[in-house]
Amino acid sequence: MASTRDIRRRIKSVISTQKITKAMKMVSAAKLRKTQGTLVAIRPYSDKIQEVMDHLLSGGEDYKTPFLTPREEVKNILYIVIAGDRGLCGGFNSNVLRFAEQQIQATPEGVNASVLLIGNKAREYFRSRPQYEIMDVFTNIGDTPNVSQGKALSDYVIKKYLDGEVDEVHMIYSKFQSVMTQIPSAAQVLPIQVAEADENKEVHAETEYIFEPGGKELLDVILPKCVDSSIYRLLLESKAGEHGARMTAMDSATDNASELIDKLTLSLNRARQAQITTEINEIVGGAAALE
Amino acid sequence: MAENLIRLDIVTPAGLLMSENVAALNLPASMGSMGVLKNHAPLMTSLDIGIVKYIKDDKAHFLAVHGGFAEVKENVVIILADSAEKSGDIDVARAMAAQKRAEERLKQREADLDVLRAEMALRRAIIRIKVSQMS
Repeated sequence: MASTRDIRRRIKSVISTQKITKAMKMVSAAKLRKTQGTLVAIRPYSDKIQEVMDHLLSGGEDYKTPFLTPREEVKNILYIVIAGDRGLCGGFNSNVLRFAEQQIQATPEGVNASVLLIGNKAREYFRSRPQYEIMDVFTNIGDTPNVSQGKALSDYVIKKYLDGEVDEVHMIYSKFQSVMTQIPSAAQVLPIQVAEADENKEVHAETEYIFEPGGKELLDVILPKCVDSSIYRLLLESKAGEHGARMTAMDSATDNASELIDKLTLSLNRARQAQITTEINEIVGGAAALE
Repeated sequence: MAENLIRLDIVTPAGLLMSENVAALNLPASMGSMGVLKNHAPLMTSLDIGIVKYIKDDKAHFLAVHGGFAEVKENVVIILADSAEKSGDIDVARAMAAQKRAEERLKQREADLDVLRAEMALRRAIIRIKVSQMS
């Protein structure tokens, strides 16, 4: 049995680890709240953009713009993979990265796939897999991505798309289901996929709008914004997921530490008791020998 | 008076900036400045970098709006802007610095200069300064 001094030392180290995990959990909770706040704040904006776009498209006219029309021949597909910058968040990073790899492998034969990586963890993962073509890497997104970071990313992607370097852009991100669960998901960003006409659109079409300068020009303004807002939203959603995952992971680490401390305390008490018993036995034995 | 109000919502990616009932407003539409009063016909327009002016309680208020989009429908005006600031929220010193920086960049004309971007930055800065001086 380990000596009482060794056990005491171990308990001390577990307690200090527990303090760290507890603090990390609280920090993640605060960051999660902030990210979720931003996520809620952009919702009216992105909803409205969607609404205006639906409206313009339901006008019946067939607008030809590269943002909407799928390319006839898809030769290059770009995957934007969003992972975290740091670890210690359970399976969050590895789940999304493994999913990304599956998606890339599922690319049809003859189509060239390249990846745009966001986050340090994504870079580390793909660096050790040189068979994938890395187009670019964005790291240090921070704890709550801001609008200009989202805009920079989306400008970059739109340029690549309009220049014809890529024919389709997909985003692989973690869908924020709840604080506990994040689901790796894929979404097509470009060309923009328009929902099929449904009954709701009939209602929209009742109001006759004056379009200024014109429907086509308006669409040219709104479509890039639509890409901006969807990229930014997915960025935020992944970040919120990362904070949530870290919070959950740290919570269970704290629980495990408590359990370990209880166990160690028990064996400490037992060891101490055994020592006392031995001492009493020696004294009694010594006294009996004198009589 | 009260029945002649229209609602003005300004939405940016950072959230809802304001939602107020106003008597009249003026938008920097891309085809030229445009006034909106009650019972305006439904309209959608893109916006330029410019000043949104609105009248509330017989007082004029100003906002700097940096590009975007406006929808007028059933006496509700929704402005979707990349960014927007109320005159009181503008950091004048920062705008001045941005103006100077953009002007210098345009003057030097380095080879890799993104002229369009620099010009946009300059216009934003000028609008910000203007708006901050208006009230």
